Amino acid sequence: MDLDKFKVHGEPLIYGAMVSIALATIGILVGLTYFKKWGYLWREWLTTVDHKKIGVMYILAALLMLFRGGVDAMMMRLQTAAPEMKFLDAQHYNEVFTTHGLIMILFMAMPFIIGLMNVIIPLQIGARDVAFPRLNAVSFWLFFMGAMLLNISFVIGGSPDAGWSAYFPLASLEFSPTVGNNYYSLALQISGIGTLITGVNFIVTILKMRAPGMKLMKMPMFTWSVLITNVIIVFAFPVLTVALALMMFDRLFGSQFFTMANGGMDMLWANLFWVWGHPEVYIVILPAFGIYSEIIATFSKKNLYGYTSMVFSMLIISLLSFLVWAHHFYTMGQGAMVNSFFSITTMAIAVPTGVKIFNWLFTLRKGRITFTTPMLYTLAFIPIFTIGGVTGVMLAMASADYQYHNTMFLVAHFHYVLIPGAVFAVIAGFHYWFPKVFGFRLNERLGKHSFWWIVISFNVTFFPLFFLGLMGMTRRTYTYSEESGFGPLNMLSFVGAVGLAIGFLLLVYNIYWSTRYMPRDTTSDPWDGRTLEWATHSPMPIYNFAIVPTVQTRDALWSAKQDNIPLYDDKKITKIHMPSNTGKPFILGVIFFILGFSLVFSLWIPAILSGIGVIVMLAFMSFDRDHGYYISAEEVIATEKKLKRGETV
Amino acid sequence: MKIDASKPLEYSTEENSNKIFGFWVFLGAEIPLFATLFTVYFVMVNRFASGPSASELFKIGPVLIETFLLLSSSFTIGLAIHAMRHGYKKAMMVFMAITLLMGLGFIGIEIDEFFTYVHEGATLQTSGFLSSLFVLLGTHGAHVSFGFLWGAGIMIQLWRHGITPATANKAFIFSLFWHFLDVVWIFIFSFVYLKGLM
Repeated sequence: MDLDKFKVHGEPLIYGAMVSIALATIGILVGLTYFKKWGYLWREWLTTVDHKKIGVMYILAALLMLFRGGVDAMMMRLQTAAPEMKFLDAQHYNEVFTTHGLIMILFMAMPFIIGLMNVIIPLQIGARDVAFPRLNAVSFWLFFMGAMLLNISFVIGGSPDAGWSAYFPLASLEFSPTVGNNYYSLALQISGIGTLITGVNFIVTILKMRAPGMKLMKMPMFTWSVLITNVIIVFAFPVLTVALALMMFDRLFGSQFFTMANGGMDMLWANLFWVWGHPEVYIVILPAFGIYSEIIATFSKKNLYGYTSMVFSMLIISLLSFLVWAHHFYTMGQGAMVNSFFSITTMAIAVPTGVKIFNWLFTLRKGRITFTTPMLYTLAFIPIFTIGGVTGVMLAMASADYQYHNTMFLVAHFHYVLIPGAVFAVIAGFHYWFPKVFGFRLNERLGKHSFWWIVISFNVTFFPLFFLGLMGMTRRTYTYSEESGFGPLNMLSFVGAVGLAIGFLLLVYNIYWSTRYMPRDTTSDPWDGRTLEWATHSPMPIYNFAIVPTVQTRDALWSAKQDNIPLYDDKKITKIHMPSNTGKPFILGVIFFILGFSLVFSLWIPAILSGIGVIVMLAFMSFDRDHGYYISAEEVIATEKKLKRGETV
Repeated sequence: MKIDASKPLEYSTEENSNKIFGFWVFLGAEIPLFATLFTVYFVMVNRFASGPSASELFKIGPVLIETFLLLSSSFTIGLAIHAMRHGYKKAMMVFMAITLLMGLGFIGIEIDEFFTYVHEGATLQTSGFLSSLFVLLGTHGAHVSFGFLWGAGIMIQLWRHGITPATANKAFIFSLFWHFLDVVWIFIFSFVYLKGLM
């Protein structure tokens, strides 16, 4: 075996990363042993099938990845802050922008949203768990192991370096001979399977497990957005599965899908990638729309304006999202007819999106608005996202796009869409639902400080990029000459990036500070909420609702509070069926990790063994006859009494 | 667990009916998966470079046997579910066994076909056309092979525990999967083999 493949040479940065990964790992292991937390970790987290805990783990992983991707971003902004910088060489710059994109989209935005989905959806529809709790754990561990596999690439073997879209022929074995793009195909494949399972799970959960009386058109808007998102996941992710498999075959087994000779077709990759890639954008943005809808209604003390049009605009967006993929490569020569078609479908998306923007504005109109942290993010989102949307329409015009294509203008555009459209939303949702999960709010003063840092610095970072793009600076350029005149605006952008980093550090400090000092919330409804998740205790007991609520109106809790429409049909507390914890999903994830790693380095024997291991684990899970357990009615009543007295359970 | 006696055994609990619905959604995801593979194949079908083309490669004989085996096995798995609904464990087991044996026969012929192709110098590496052919057929074949193991596992559980809401549910879901593979094969037979032979 050739050990050289595993090594990454040269850079002090790489050695720094190796040392910090090693130290962090040792620190975690020693800490767990010292505080005797191994059993706790295994019983309470690694084997859990509770949707709330799985959601929390998703969000924790997403926050970690936010910082990993954030460090990548800082390195890029530093490298381009001034002309002729020598901080990173071209190869490492390539690796850094590739992993930044991959991590931020697939291992930060997606899991953050899936985490919020996990925590909130069953509560919002009045269910006790998702439809398939064990499968939910499988989803999480596959996502997590995929994320870890991509992360170790930086120090073992080298990261992918052909951009997050990994266009062929650049990503082929011929032009990217390191194992980097093997990591790409396998890490994304493993976490993608997890996401697909999540999609199936939540469609069934939302369609089959809603509280009695909650008709489809009475669902909260976040639930609607998640339902539509999961339908997109189920239809879009298989395309990625195939694309990644073909990439793996090309790179590991010498097939001829995307090659330059022997009948291969490199453009096939670009098409397959974006047939998944564009719906992917809406997978991260539609739930964000849902979160904003909840927050705006809550903090304006009004019903959401235009509920039906909100639902239909999301349906139209989801349909159109599958019909616009070629706008990512207008310049690659598919002809005027095709470009015109995709130009029109792309511009058409602005219509339903505009409907949503106006609905939010009309919800605000004459509302009694309270400016809490989540509301501030929501209000900042509306104008910033509109800038992103309008520049999107500029890019949508195929002939004009020849000017903007692959420039910093594009980079500015998609950050203006994705950061307010996804990142602000998950942070807003995080502040909004934090007291639901942990029983206390995050500090508002610190929250607002970090909000202003983030929102101002965001504009300082990315607004200059529009102009840099129009001046002709191409994206993915690792350095430039002084004569180009790109220097000052890039420096400004770097200053903004530092501000963003401060904002995010304040956010983390806020979590730490609030955990220690914020008073516990005794009302379980700190924001005067409208939907069912606020109808149970915070933090909620493992069974969520002692009695399943009945729903008569759209904002069930609000109606209960305002118009005394009863939430519960005076039902007795009965025994509750719960799924048992299991370690099998975690073990399955570990085996998948070994399988992925072995394939990355073409270690065939471990790959075959772990492949068999996967099948054996699936058989074990099928033969498992543990059908869960019951919590007796007396136990539920006792827990409820304790929770009402404000004790934790 | 609440059992609703008015429904067939495989739908009798809430968990069971959720599982069946969930599997339909999963099959909904399998459709774009195979659709993408077919698309790749249609894009690649005339890009055979210096290798053989479809009409030079395909032979109708083995393909007809494969088709006969798989289509018949779809019928026998239907009979197995029919027997299950009547509570005939033994008949159900026999029909499932016949189904799986036919599946095994299908896989055997497909492997033999692959060997023949490779022997003739038509490998995965030869051309874009052959890459897409092998991956399309291979994905379907891998599904059938996985189905064989899965079905065998369900038969063991049936043999141990009899026809219960849990085993009936598993067998029913397996039958959905098996029918789906048959549908995919009909497309492969028509649009890959028959079209290629023309």
